[in-house]
Amino acid sequence: MIQCKTSKEIGGMGHSVKRKEDDRFVHGKGTYVDDIQLKGMLFMDIARSPYAYAKIKNINKDLAMAVDGVLAVITGKDLEQYNLHWMPTLMSDTQMVLPTDTVMHQGQEVAAIIATSREAARDGREALVPGIEYEVMKPIVDPFKALDDDAPLLRPDKEGQKDNQAWHWEVGQKEETEKIFAEADVVVKEQMHIPRIHVASIETCGIVADYDKVQNHLTTHLTTQAPHAIRTVIALVAGHVGLTEEKIRVIAHDIGGGFGGKVPVFPGYVIAIAATFLIGKPVKWIEDRSDNLTNSFARDYHITAEMAGTKDGKILASRMKVLADHGYTDGAANPSKFPTGMFSIGTGSYDYKHAFMEADAIYTNKPPGGVAYRCSFRVTEAVHAIERITDRFALEIGKDPAELRSENFIKKEDFPWQSPTGWEYDSGDYQAGLDLAMKTVEYDKLRVEQKAKWKEGKLMGIGLSTFTEIVGAGPSKDFDILGIKMFDSAEIRVHPTGKAIARFGTKSQGQGHETTYAQIIAEELGIPSKDIQIEEGDTDPAPYGLGTYASRSTPTAGAAAAIAARKLRDKAKKIAAYLLEVSEDDLEWEPGKWFVKGAPEKAKTIQELVFAAYTNHPQGMEGGFEATHYYDPPNLTFPSGAYICVVDIDPDTFEIKVRRFVAIDDAGHIINPMVAQGQVHGGLTQGIAPAMYEEIIYDEDGNALNGTLMDYLVPTAVESPNWETGHTVTPSPHHPIGAKGIGESPTVGAPPAIANAIIDALRPYGITHLDIPITPYKVFKALKEKGVLDKDITGFEA
Amino acid sequence: MIPANFDYHAPSTLDEAFKLLSELGDEAKILAGGHSLIPMMKLRFAEPEHLVDLGGIPGLNTVSMENGSLHIGAMVKEAELEHNAEVTSKFPIFTDAAKLIADPQVRNFGTLGGNLAHGDAANDQPAVMLALGASVEITNAEEKRTVDINDFFYGFYMTAIQEGEILTNISIPVPAGKFGNAYSKIERKVGDYATGGVAVALELDDSGVCTRAGIGLTNVNPTPMRAERSEAALVGKVIDAAAIAEAAQMASEDCNPSDDLRGDSDYKRRVIRSLTKKMIAKALERAQA
Amino acid sequence: MTKEITVTINGEEHTHEVESRTLLVHFIREIAELTGTHIGCDTSSCGACTILIDGKSAKSCTILAVQVNGKNVTTVEGLATTEGVHPIQEGFKENHGLHCGFCTSGMMMRCVELLENNPNPTEEEIRWGISGNLCRCTGYNNIVKAVQYAGAKLRGDELPSTEPVFVE
Repeated sequence: MIQCKTSKEIGGMGHSVKRKEDDRFVHGKGTYVDDIQLKGMLFMDIARSPYAYAKIKNINKDLAMAVDGVLAVITGKDLEQYNLHWMPTLMSDTQMVLPTDTVMHQGQEVAAIIATSREAARDGREALVPGIEYEVMKPIVDPFKALDDDAPLLRPDKEGQKDNQAWHWEVGQKEETEKIFAEADVVVKEQMHIPRIHVASIETCGIVADYDKVQNHLTTHLTTQAPHAIRTVIALVAGHVGLTEEKIRVIAHDIGGGFGGKVPVFPGYVIAIAATFLIGKPVKWIEDRSDNLTNSFARDYHITAEMAGTKDGKILASRMKVLADHGYTDGAANPSKFPTGMFSIGTGSYDYKHAFMEADAIYTNKPPGGVAYRCSFRVTEAVHAIERITDRFALEIGKDPAELRSENFIKKEDFPWQSPTGWEYDSGDYQAGLDLAMKTVEYDKLRVEQKAKWKEGKLMGIGLSTFTEIVGAGPSKDFDILGIKMFDSAEIRVHPTGKAIARFGTKSQGQGHETTYAQIIAEELGIPSKDIQIEEGDTDPAPYGLGTYASRSTPTAGAAAAIAARKLRDKAKKIAAYLLEVSEDDLEWEPGKWFVKGAPEKAKTIQELVFAAYTNHPQGMEGGFEATHYYDPPNLTFPSGAYICVVDIDPDTFEIKVRRFVAIDDAGHIINPMVAQGQVHGGLTQGIAPAMYEEIIYDEDGNALNGTLMDYLVPTAVESPNWETGHTVTPSPHHPIGAKGIGESPTVGAPPAIANAIIDALRPYGITHLDIPITPYKVFKALKEKGVLDKDITGFEA
Repeated sequence: MIPANFDYHAPSTLDEAFKLLSELGDEAKILAGGHSLIPMMKLRFAEPEHLVDLGGIPGLNTVSMENGSLHIGAMVKEAELEHNAEVTSKFPIFTDAAKLIADPQVRNFGTLGGNLAHGDAANDQPAVMLALGASVEITNAEEKRTVDINDFFYGFYMTAIQEGEILTNISIPVPAGKFGNAYSKIERKVGDYATGGVAVALELDDSGVCTRAGIGLTNVNPTPMRAERSEAALVGKVIDAAAIAEAAQMASEDCNPSDDLRGDSDYKRRVIRSLTKKMIAKALERAQA
Repeated sequence: MTKEITVTINGEEHTHEVESRTLLVHFIREIAELTGTHIGCDTSSCGACTILIDGKSAKSCTILAVQVNGKNVTTVEGLATTEGVHPIQEGFKENHGLHCGFCTSGMMMRCVELLENNPNPTEEEIRWGISGNLCRCTGYNNIVKAVQYAGAKLRGDELPSTEPVFVE
């Protein structure tokens, strides 16, 4: 299925090359931000608001200053003197670095304590907390009440802001869609909440900010997925105090998981930078887990999803209306033109011509965010809605959900396909994936077993998700963040001995770029991947790029690597023609060498050609062997997947056990099957997590009720089932290596498969929808509210 | 996260420990395994001025089976019980419970004594001890006293241990005839505190009639509780499905769970009913084996 | 409120004056300067800080440095010997049992003890055995494989294939 063009020695695409980065990790020799120890380094801790919405009356710094080792307390008023108290978000909204008068969510940063040790900083924080006086106000917690007449205006600081709506967005054919809905045989509708969750990477966020007063130079060691973009943001925030972009170096060393949570600029970073700038010593800030879990978030979309179709199962149109709870500022990281990100992929894998989607973003007294949780810009929300409502439609007309999907799929031959919301899907073969998934689980047998189980009063469900992803942002005509176009880069330098170093604008947080980028270059250039060193994360040596998130690295930087390598292959051809004294047209390439057509013994290896580029290159040709490419993708890529989940539910306690989960992904050509599979496994566990376990819960006063890993339920190896995975391969026609990106598909596709399976199991009770996370307790509550808790289901006929 | 400052004491004998406790008074807290106390100190929910570590005192970590009882030193680690074949052959309930207490690393350091002395109804061992009819030995500078487990748990984080006293030993009677025991809980994910947990210990005479039943419940009452009506519903009977159902129903009615993120009281009662059924059946099966 | 303690870490004695409240993980990372042991939470939930104390796996964020005075600690840096890497290290690398590497040190230390207690664990026993260690990247499938591989190596059995298996 996966074919290799290169030998194992070269280790190009398709080989399961063992990862280069692992040696340092298994020896404990990785370098994460908290491992950085600098001479004279100071420590920062941050006192946070216990209230969701309050005026700050007074901050008695003396309480903290009295603690041994505390050197400074920094408040919003202090930062205001330097105009550093507000900063832009990546969505061009504004966020407080530290408040001067009002706190907008529980856990918001109120004052920073700088001390000579981690312990003293913490003691200072504890001492300061009782010295901060607040006037508590009634917060807006429920986004549905944010637009009520009596709701307080949360953002009077924003010019022209009259209510608590951040923005409105819509796409599609409103009138035609309404007409179809009005006339359709069948219309189904469900209200869904895709709850607030947090990526909870095992490493929290942190910074060591190191300002050299003499050189006027700032180095930040930072947990960031997008070092170049962050450097630009720092320059935008602090340029007026003399920290201009060339004087700033951002270094992202090893990162202990990102998943989108390490894309934004957090207030703690800016405060640490302000502190080192003012004090002249390095300042370290490492976030606590509780601070981490309660200061940003992903998702929080309330979606009304509707589908219209015919009685025999033809989907005609869909409609989605979103209320997006953004907290007190839009702290998401979507491309500027797309405030809901790629939510408009929500017509899914199905062939119909009309859809309408709209979204209203709302300010509430909750932490800002909306950044992804291993997902390309709101695709998860969209996929959940379309895959759930498709199942709901199948249930309504009494058709098997697999059959309904098959009948409505966009067909293989219909690509490229224009979606009703404006996308051009590049390629896909949805039926092939579903066929393989159904064969693997033995779908028909499962349906027979399910009926038998119901007759015995047992609960078993089968859930499908056949989703389309949209990744690889993006083409510069449409995609930018803060105006910076979303291309990405690769720079390859091959040294005289034929060994290479390549640098990228992206930044791996575990994806294995040091291995997979080397394989792409090996594929194109024939230099063994083991001889290619990959570097990322340091803005000084690396070429500019917008970083790693939204499954964009392979579609953008991976393409850049392939094209830069092809430039070098072309150069090698010229040198080969010169050395072999033949015309370039007489040469043929096989991985690792140029040879004369029909005379394979007349050949020059890539290593010989590289050496010649430094020692014996044709006169007039530029010396050396280097290439750089900034890749501007012509389109996004559209990975897809067919997932089937089988669950068993205890009819007494409603404990839910995932019996099997089969995931067939189509990410086009695979660079490294082992790494790609690893991404799928991990993504699936981050799919079961929000489907069954994770949610940040607030009470009516805006208190987060589960701000530790004791109550924010990250799955262990026991909750996570044995994942069964496979591939179909439909290459992207426009991508240089036919790849599509894989890291996030499973997190996008798994939750609806799991939800659909659970709801399918509960069919005898007449349950048509449950919001994720679906817990045993939630099932209990739903059945109780419906009055069917102890209903005898043995007579149920599907 | 870092605890507030405190002073650490590591006595090497019980006498030294009592001396320290009497000098330091209520400013001191006893450190056993530390896996309940230290997290609370890191979060600064607890800020004791002194810690008296029992880890260096010999004699508190022995397990022995004599005089018809299993004697477990207060500092015996949860993992040591889990891996002690002599213990688990008679009391497989320790294998059941150990698997569900926090995680392997915590069980390597968390102690049975600490688990009980913490006085937390959410801990699993209190219910197990209630079911098994344990007694605990509490020692002070002058004397030892034995407290029936039924009289040990006073209230929220409060036990019969008074200032200056140390829980030193736990004794569990080993029944002479047929007996079986079992524990399970429902948890939101592995390592979580129980949504509800049920420990059952049964003794049968030769004709299969239940002569003693102990049923302890986890995290469904302000203090660890025994389901006494349920026990009475089993004793004197050959336990059948109807008796099990009746006892389970009683346990679900008699507990007093509070509403929280794990579920409302209705759900927790249902959990208790279900688990009580399953654990009686399991204990019965083990007794009959 | 300080105490002088001596802790042997990976065979090397470290004698230092520490505050009573100094957590073992901070002693290891900042005083012994062995930064392979990580911190991922505040509540003993994640296991990234797992090390061995006298051979028993422990969460070093929930143990005071003073509690291990006179004891032997092994960290990830102590796994490899002059003979080469420990089978568990080999198992993780060969089976893609890690992505970002942050949980890996603690995960491997836990697995060392797991295999010591149970040289040939079932998949279920492995999953329960690592239930005190969170991994956010791998989905655990390949960690299970890594432990099975290391177990086979330690037992001297034939090594299982490290090639990824796909449904077809």
